[in-house]
Amino acid sequence: MYFKPTHMLCLPVKILPAGRLFLIILIFVSCKHLEPGESEIRELPDQVSYNFDIRPILSDKCLSCHGPDANKRKADLRLDLPESAYQALKEHPGAHAIVPGNPEISSLYLSITAKDSAQLMPPPSSNLKLTRHEIALLERWIKQGAKYEKHWAFTPIRKSALPGVDNETWCKNEIDRFVLSKLEQQDLKPNLETDKERLLKRVSLDLTGLPPTLAQMDAFLADQRPDAYEIMVDQFLQQPAYGEKMALHWLDLARYADSHGYQDDGYRTQWPWRDWVIHAYNKNMPYNEFVTWQLAGDLLPGAGKEQLLATAFNRNHKITEEGGVIPEEYRTMYVSDRTDLVGKGLMGVTLECARCHDHKYDPFSQKDYYQLFAFFNNVKEVGIESVIGGPETYAKQPLMEISNTEVRQLLHFINKPDTNRLIVSVMGDLDTIRPTRVLNRGQYDMPGDTVVPGTPASILPFPAAYPANRLGLAKWLFDPKHPLTARFYVNLLWQEFFGKGLVKTTGDFGMQGELPSHPALLDWLAYDFIQHNWNIKRLVKMMVTSATYRQSGEISPDKLARDPENILLARGPRYRIAAELIRDLVLSSSGLLNKSIGGPSVKPYQPPGLWEGATSGRGLLSVYQQDHGTLLYRRGMYTLIKRTVPPPSMIIFDASNRDICEVKRLKTNTPLQALVMMNDPAVLEASRVLAARLINEKNTPEQAINKAFRTIVCRKPTAKELKILVDYHQKIVLGMKEEQAVKLLSVGEYPLPENAKKKELASLMRIVNTIYNLEETITKS
Amino acid sequence: MEKEVIEHGFSMNRRRFFTGVGMGIGSMALGSLLMPDLFSGSGSTETGLAPGIPHFAPKAKRVIYLFQNGAPAQQELFDYKPLLREMTGKEIPASVRGMQRLTGMTAYQSSLPLVGSFVDFKQYGQSRAWISDLMPYTAKIADDLCFIQSMYTEAINHDPALTFLQSGAQQGNRPSMGAWLSYGLGSENKNLPAFTVLLSRGIGNGQGVYSKLWTNGFLDSVHQGVQFSKGEDPVLYLKDAEGLSRGERRDMLDKLAELNDLSYQEFGDPEIASRIKQYEMAYRMQTAVPDVMDLSKEPDSIVNLYGPDCLVPGTFAANCLLARKLSESGVRFVQLYHQGWDQHGNLPFEIAKQAKDVDQASAALVTDLKQRGLLDETLVIWGGEFGRTSYTQGKLSMDNYGRDHHPRCFSIWMAGGGVKPGIVHGETDEFGYNIAKDPVHVHDFHATVLHMLGLNHEQLIFKHQGRRYRLTDVSGKVVNNILV
Repeated sequence: MYFKPTHMLCLPVKILPAGRLFLIILIFVSCKHLEPGESEIRELPDQVSYNFDIRPILSDKCLSCHGPDANKRKADLRLDLPESAYQALKEHPGAHAIVPGNPEISSLYLSITAKDSAQLMPPPSSNLKLTRHEIALLERWIKQGAKYEKHWAFTPIRKSALPGVDNETWCKNEIDRFVLSKLEQQDLKPNLETDKERLLKRVSLDLTGLPPTLAQMDAFLADQRPDAYEIMVDQFLQQPAYGEKMALHWLDLARYADSHGYQDDGYRTQWPWRDWVIHAYNKNMPYNEFVTWQLAGDLLPGAGKEQLLATAFNRNHKITEEGGVIPEEYRTMYVSDRTDLVGKGLMGVTLECARCHDHKYDPFSQKDYYQLFAFFNNVKEVGIESVIGGPETYAKQPLMEISNTEVRQLLHFINKPDTNRLIVSVMGDLDTIRPTRVLNRGQYDMPGDTVVPGTPASILPFPAAYPANRLGLAKWLFDPKHPLTARFYVNLLWQEFFGKGLVKTTGDFGMQGELPSHPALLDWLAYDFIQHNWNIKRLVKMMVTSATYRQSGEISPDKLARDPENILLARGPRYRIAAELIRDLVLSSSGLLNKSIGGPSVKPYQPPGLWEGATSGRGLLSVYQQDHGTLLYRRGMYTLIKRTVPPPSMIIFDASNRDICEVKRLKTNTPLQALVMMNDPAVLEASRVLAARLINEKNTPEQAINKAFRTIVCRKPTAKELKILVDYHQKIVLGMKEEQAVKLLSVGEYPLPENAKKKELASLMRIVNTIYNLEETITKS
Repeated sequence: MEKEVIEHGFSMNRRRFFTGVGMGIGSMALGSLLMPDLFSGSGSTETGLAPGIPHFAPKAKRVIYLFQNGAPAQQELFDYKPLLREMTGKEIPASVRGMQRLTGMTAYQSSLPLVGSFVDFKQYGQSRAWISDLMPYTAKIADDLCFIQSMYTEAINHDPALTFLQSGAQQGNRPSMGAWLSYGLGSENKNLPAFTVLLSRGIGNGQGVYSKLWTNGFLDSVHQGVQFSKGEDPVLYLKDAEGLSRGERRDMLDKLAELNDLSYQEFGDPEIASRIKQYEMAYRMQTAVPDVMDLSKEPDSIVNLYGPDCLVPGTFAANCLLARKLSESGVRFVQLYHQGWDQHGNLPFEIAKQAKDVDQASAALVTDLKQRGLLDETLVIWGGEFGRTSYTQGKLSMDNYGRDHHPRCFSIWMAGGGVKPGIVHGETDEFGYNIAKDPVHVHDFHATVLHMLGLNHEQLIFKHQGRRYRLTDVSGKVVNNILV
């Protein structure tokens, strides 16, 4: 059964009559008689805005032929620049694409309304089509003078004025004023603050990645101080687990993994860098320093081993070990990977599009791309250092060696469990500059003009005073005038805590990206972040102590209808938690969690044959040798990632395979996820261990179930919930047979209690497993 | 109760659909709700294409791709080059080699002597196609096959070439072909994934495969290929714990639904209704998958057709038979990978065994589909990621040689829905080194396959990171000459 468009009704839903910002969310999928994306009910704004109304249309429908890419430009017409759009057409000197104030003689307007398909723009062959609404917007914009504005993301960050609100008492900090003022404009009320138990679970998962313990829950429920919540937040921010949780999104961004990434995919040891990231978040290293060390720690005056280790960031990319490759082809790819990361992962722009040609939408030329590429083109590296199955190279040149003495004295945050040689791939430049040339079509063997290090002027020209190396690049990123760096990271953290960014397209702030839902708030936060010396913990605290964050996740039918995606933030975040955190929740609540931080990645239970079935048999990772003992119970972030065959229970829950820089994960809901929660030995073993613990504590069945529910779901069950589970437990107990119990209890390597009553234990285990499978369990609600 | 909850979920979905999904805003939450059926396609393309509805009348409904991983030497299988035998031991002429780049394995070889095939060829069928003696079963079905002798690619190493052929791009992270079809056409079966993957090892020198080859890339993860493997748990985590009966699993799901519905009443979050439904679908899959994997009920005639190996789980023959069953059950795209075709050296010895390992079952699959009346609507594809060189890699001796990677030309065959049977398309030069006629680029191949399934490759689009992506990237032409 499919829902086909023809089955749909078009219900008039009015969201924001006055705001133009949200016109974008008024687009409807087609009714029979309408074009896709068109609806009957939309009103035109009184004053059409270039940035919010017009640019998205031009960018999406016109600029691929009339935009920045000089090679693909048709009729030598650019519509993204006013001087070009206003001037006489090259092919028809008597006509102008846009005549401000006068659509009837603007050839742009005439073309988009042409009846003759040979005249019509966009041409039918492009498969692009303007809706009637878009045409009406363009018409009104031209009528109103066709004023251009600079793309919002490339304008300087300014301190936004705090908006006035009616309900002052609701606001806990500045964030709330921006959110509330929009809600009040739309006549929406925020949700009430969520109950204490759910709030604690939410903030605990967000700040530590772990569910609160029973003791924490009891203490917080009993704490009647008005600032009990703030106190709790401060405690979480001081826990070492904070660094682990924060590192997670950075590991995606930095495409961290434990294998080299190509073909037979050998083992590598970049994990000391991961330990450093956790350490840096925990000691609240300012964001500018954090990034500068990673980009250019080796170039800092007086750089030590720690700064050098930080630069492993840019050696986390995939490196080939496939015999017979052409080294330069791959070395070029490594440099591109770093360049792309600077775009997507540090500024939120799709620079990679300019690798093969001028960017089609954003003002980045191919030359811009290779100027940025030049910063990373000087590394003392080769395309291939050794072939899989040959000598194992856990790190590639340039690399650093980390001795046990250094770990004891200087790099104490590295969890080095043995005395084996430890090496990490890091950055290090050649003594003489390797010249950089524009690569035609991005091909390593088609070099064009020579370029020198530089940055896209459309973002911010590279100041002559900065050194033309990676350190200079870092200075440029954190130049107070840089429009993107702070906006991007503030938005990334917002996404961490609220489920999606204020700019929903986290990795694309360019013309094809979404516009910010709360532009003034985004700028206020970014400005404030810079003013307070890029203090991450301070920013995090501001977000999680806001009234906006503390709202209940309840979705009333009215709010669901008016704002299904919660763009206006009239309710709190309610999302399924990340893959790694599901594992953490299961291990932590069962008491199995091994809390040690960092160290070599581990290999917990994995279905047999996954590595073996896919390999040619070469390399250290051709056979999955599962770990044992406490190594089975490490946090999800320490599960070894073999890129070509990533851990299945993680991938099923949308974890990144760490191929390239990722700044946003999908949040899907699939049957395979249900199978993991029902049948993954890790979940079943945790169910068994928690059941055994509860029985050992001499609880009655009802007490045990109550406690299991609290431990796993992180709140007290309602009477109804408890009754359903207690009745279910009785039914299970009655049907349980000894031999069945033996089978059920056989899962996992954690030992059974010696005197376990097997039927009793297996019965309770099934109840605990049912609780692990509840929707709310793996949801931050 | 369970029924009520499910009904509840559906009505909720519908309401959400009318009020929310229709807004074209896309959302992490919406994806799962758009799928009333397990693994069916979600999201509409920008041209208003509804999931599950092709652009035009398709010739084929399903694809079975018998991927020959490692790159079979066309000179030993389907591209007959008698001149090579005459010129064995002579250096490849510079005019033939041209500017073709060499891999790191032969770039430093002092001489590049041509080598003819050790095996004889004969002509078969109405097309008089030349087929080597290594493929006797395939030869018998020549009239059902369309050979393309003029495939070419851009990559010269396995990883990028495989990735390119699977996803239209050499770098990972784009959706695989099967994921695109799942996205464009959805599933025909409520209880099985639209895109399934089967692996087998082979005999010759192998190159690894990796799950990123069947990735959904930036598409919703329901479009990811689901690997079906031999052994007790054909799909990961499918099998219930020992000691748990089906009835007990049903009981648990009923309780879960009851409890989840309480949350739903409290929160009104459509994701809860969706989660309930995903559990029901998982439950149905637990029965549907083992049923389809069970080969024990196949009659002797079928076992004889595919050969005795088809009863040995994990072999290529067993996977071919399984592919038929999956396809017959409505699985949109069945992707096999068979390793072992990377004959850099010791080629005559290895390729003979490797060919024997796949020949009978490949032909049997086509024959079997035909006798069931399914061949007309099923497209079968057989081939690797690139070709091999006409000169030897390593030492050339009387009875032994090797061949290096060669992206400039290779042979594949297709059969079934949408493709002209009994023809040979394209030609290589007499050295088997360059294409002489009708080149077919990987993008053209993708465009053609999509066309056979009723999809316009320029309209099957997904917008991601501000860019519209296609399987064919920015090029690709349908090869009209091979269409029915």
